[in-house]
Amino acid sequence: MKFLPIVWRNLLRRKFRTVFTIGAIFFAFLLFGVLMAIRAAFSMGVDMAGQGRLMVIDKVSIINPLPASYESQIRTVEGVTDTTHANWFGGYYQDVRNQFATFAVEPESWLRIYNKEYNLPEEHKKAFLADRTGAIVGSDTAKKYGFKVGQKVPINGTIYRRPDGGPWEFTIDGIYDSPIKGSDKTQLVFHYDYLRETIPERSGMRDRYNWYVFTIADPDRAPQIAAKIDANFANSPSETKTNTEKAFVSDWAKQVGDIGQIMMGIVGMAMFTILLVSGNTMAQAIRERTNELAVLKTLGFSEGRILWMVLMESAMIAVVGGGLGLALSYALITATGDPTHGMLPAFYFPTPSLVAGIGLVAALGIASGILPAWQASRLRIVDALRRN
Amino acid sequence: MLRQVFAVTSVNIRSIRQRLGSSSVAVVGIAGVVLVFVAVLSIAEGVNATMQASGDPNTVLILRAGSDTEMTSGLGGDATRIIQDAPGVARDAGGAPLTSPELFVVVDHPLKRSGSPGNVPLRGVTAQAFKVHDHLKIVQGRNLEFGRNEIIAGSAAARQFVDLTVGRTLKWGENTWTLVGIFEDGGAVSESELWCDVKVLQPAYRRGNSFQSVYAKLASPDSFQSLKDSLTSNPQLTVSAMRAPDYYGSQTEVLQTIIKTIGGIIGVLMGVGAVFGAVITMYTAVASRTREIATLRALGFGSIPVVFSVLAEAALLSIAGGLIGGAIAWLAFNGYETATMNFQSFSQIAFKFAVTAKLLMMALGYALLMGLVGGLLPAIRAARLPVVTALREL
Repeated sequence: MKFLPIVWRNLLRRKFRTVFTIGAIFFAFLLFGVLMAIRAAFSMGVDMAGQGRLMVIDKVSIINPLPASYESQIRTVEGVTDTTHANWFGGYYQDVRNQFATFAVEPESWLRIYNKEYNLPEEHKKAFLADRTGAIVGSDTAKKYGFKVGQKVPINGTIYRRPDGGPWEFTIDGIYDSPIKGSDKTQLVFHYDYLRETIPERSGMRDRYNWYVFTIADPDRAPQIAAKIDANFANSPSETKTNTEKAFVSDWAKQVGDIGQIMMGIVGMAMFTILLVSGNTMAQAIRERTNELAVLKTLGFSEGRILWMVLMESAMIAVVGGGLGLALSYALITATGDPTHGMLPAFYFPTPSLVAGIGLVAALGIASGILPAWQASRLRIVDALRRN
Repeated sequence: MLRQVFAVTSVNIRSIRQRLGSSSVAVVGIAGVVLVFVAVLSIAEGVNATMQASGDPNTVLILRAGSDTEMTSGLGGDATRIIQDAPGVARDAGGAPLTSPELFVVVDHPLKRSGSPGNVPLRGVTAQAFKVHDHLKIVQGRNLEFGRNEIIAGSAAARQFVDLTVGRTLKWGENTWTLVGIFEDGGAVSESELWCDVKVLQPAYRRGNSFQSVYAKLASPDSFQSLKDSLTSNPQLTVSAMRAPDYYGSQTEVLQTIIKTIGGIIGVLMGVGAVFGAVITMYTAVASRTREIATLRALGFGSIPVVFSVLAEAALLSIAGGLIGGAIAWLAFNGYETATMNFQSFSQIAFKFAVTAKLLMMALGYALLMGLVGGLLPAIRAARLPVVTALREL
């Protein structure tokens, strides 16, 4: 630590170069942060899906709703602790472009099963449960459209249609937040009963749900329970597919497919290039001082000490540039959230990625310094002094 | 002056070879940025091209009013009959209206790339559909026979999903289908779909006699307005009509926004990063030539030729980087076919990455900009070198 001033002076001898090297590293890590958020967004929150929760959908496609009678049959399967159901409503506010996830659900069981995901003040929850035309909405959507608690909002559906063609009017009874990082705060959830009364009986779509969610006592038994439920409904007009919520989200993310991976691949490569450029410059800065290092050796600096000093110099550049880049990208991503405004709700900086980023900073600092440092420490003084 | 500029620049450029190491780093940096820039935007271009191919301006799409996609639309059988008799609809030689009522559902079927289920669009059509979608042609097997559980698959769907080959039996729910042919449709979205007889599909999906959309051929290009007016003013109908290009343009808005937003953020961030990289490289180049530049200045060369020579070197390196990056992007991605989830139609849409000339020019311009911005500071620095101290350096 005694030689910190020397390291510091060395960094300042070519201020311009140091500043721009730090700058390049800074942008590389800023990019890294964005990249990780994109990856999280394309995995659609698969990390947040509940392990102990399973979903049942129609085997052919989720667009075919399942009969309401299935719920009681699912509930009687051994190991199942709770059930709820939902319908995809496809709601939008005023303009069809303003779409957000809208579910028609059975409120009590829905909030019971998803009580961790929906952080809702107790009085909001009470009001919602008691209000047949009530709805709760995520804080992101509420903020975007300026919804306030108690406000009546007209919401149109793209799938369901009121007989009079007009929108459904919901009272916003509560605005939920979520303590879980990256969870979807864009949803609007309302009573299925309110939707049900507008579905004509002859359509055959009344009392049919797009999916059931149920919880089980022992997550390890999920495969057996899923198999049992699917067997129950085999050879019926509505065969089912049961799987964990995680598996469904992961399949859904895979449907988006290569795009996410390709973007990741090429951006990763680009980041690598920027790091290569700056790493090379850092190494260059040390190489051109070879005879100076020889002087230090002449003065009695040990090999280890020189190695250490050179490493410290490169590590400092990496830590300042990379650290600032990571910190800023973390702050920006956390502050702005989804840059597409509602299309990628799970846009956040996952903690494991942050750890990986810090590891990468350390690796850069060491890797760019180690070779010239090792060369410098191994130098024979006479050779080094004779150079130039 | 001009001769000075020329002389210094040519000396400078000829000496790049001696600084190959650090120069190639700048080239690689810019090539990387251009590669990413082109690759990401070629996705958007590719999706766009698919949509362009789909929109025949003489075709009109009629949906339930307020629906933005076929998926969420719904039209009764009686409505489709009113539509076919509307003014402005073209008729075939036999006098039958060229309208095609269609039913659009999705089925889960495993994707080749992941083995996990993807949403394949399954479209029920009538015989008239092949006259309305007149670019469609069977390239393998035969066309479907109406009244039977037969399916024809778009060529892109056949490439993206497992088991979509002629002769295969496919089972979804209680229905078993035989795949009898593969079709192409000029690169349109329909190539990502499966088609079958609507009369077989309706009962299989409990849809009674309902449809989701009607495609109509216009009698003449300017009869759109009269057709639209007659449909929207008819009290028996609540429909909206739009030209096919407008409809397909709107179908991938969400997907395009996502790609372009992400591409934009990445492109800008990387661009700035690469400018920093270029600054470092040019700075190193100037630093290693300090004595040379000072000598030139001492001999009476002005500062402008020196600035110019550094900028020219930066421009040359960045163009080299741009060309390399663009070439790699073109070789690696142009024409690469993949499919992704289109959130609006809730189904898989296949497309080919399109590295267009326009895109490459844009990328090259961007590379040049990066090089010039990156070279400016070092160039000024080179011009301002105090001659005496610089000569003494090293």
